Amino acid sequence: MACFLVPAAEAVITTVVYYGMKSKGKNPKQMNVQYDRTQFNCDKKSEETEKVSFAKKLKWLNNMLWGGSALLAFEHVWHGEVVPWFPFLTNAANSADAAEMLHEMSTAGVSMAVVISAVWLGMVAVSSVIEKRTPKAQPSEG
Amino acid sequence: MTLLTTVFAAIICTIVWYNSSKARELKIGVLCLMYWGASLMWLIDAVFEYAELHEEFFTPAPLDMLNDLYLGLSVAALGLIIWLVIVLYKDPKGVVKSVLFHKKN
Repeated sequence: MACFLVPAAEAVITTVVYYGMKSKGKNPKQMNVQYDRTQFNCDKKSEETEKVSFAKKLKWLNNMLWGGSALLAFEHVWHGEVVPWFPFLTNAANSADAAEMLHEMSTAGVSMAVVISAVWLGMVAVSSVIEKRTPKAQPSEG
Repeated sequence: MTLLTTVFAAIICTIVWYNSSKARELKIGVLCLMYWGASLMWLIDAVFEYAELHEEFFTPAPLDMLNDLYLGLSVAALGLIIWLVIVLYKDPKGVVKSVLFHKKN
C-alpha cells in the first residue's frame, strides 16, 4: 500500500547525513594500503589501494534505499495504489483504509528498512574485515 | 514472480560488476545496489504475504504470474533507465562532455 515510504524516509535521512559528511570534509578519510596480489592469484606482485571511506559505504545504503523505494513505488503505481492526484495514496482517502495502510507501513515498511540496514551493516562489517586483513603500506622515503 | 525477476537481475548485474572493470567504470555497482535493495524489499513483502496466505502463496494463478512477470520485467527496465540517466549525468568517461565540446566548435 505505502510500505515503500518507510525506506524512502530512511533514505532521506541517510542522504542528509551523507551530504553533511561530505560538506564537513570527512569524505577523503582514506588510507593507502598495500597488498600482495600473488595471494589472490593475480599477475602483479603488489599494488597500492585505498581504504573505502565511511561516506562511500553510506552511499551503498543510499543506493539500496533509494533504488528499492523507487522500484517499489513503480509497483504501487502499477497496482493503482499511488496516483498523481491528492491525496496520492488511494488508501488515504478514508479512515478505515488509512488505518490499514499505516498498519502495513509499521509492519512491512519498518521490516524493509530494518532488513536493508542490517544487510548494509553486514556489508560494512565484511569490508572492514577485508581492510584489516590487508597489510598497510610501508611509508615511502622522501 | 516480481521478486524472482528482480533477484535474477541483481545476480546478473553482480556477476557483470565482478567480472568487468569497464562495467565498474560505468557505475554498474549503483544498478546492483538498486536491484538488491528492491529484491530485499520484495522479499519482506513476500514473507508477509506468505504469513497471510500460507500454501496458497506458492500456487498463484497463471494470469497473476504472467502479470507479475510483466511487472518484474518493467521494473528491471525502469532500473536500467535510472542507471542510464545516472551514467549520462555523471559521464564517467567524458563522452557527453566531448560530444558537447565538439558541437560547440
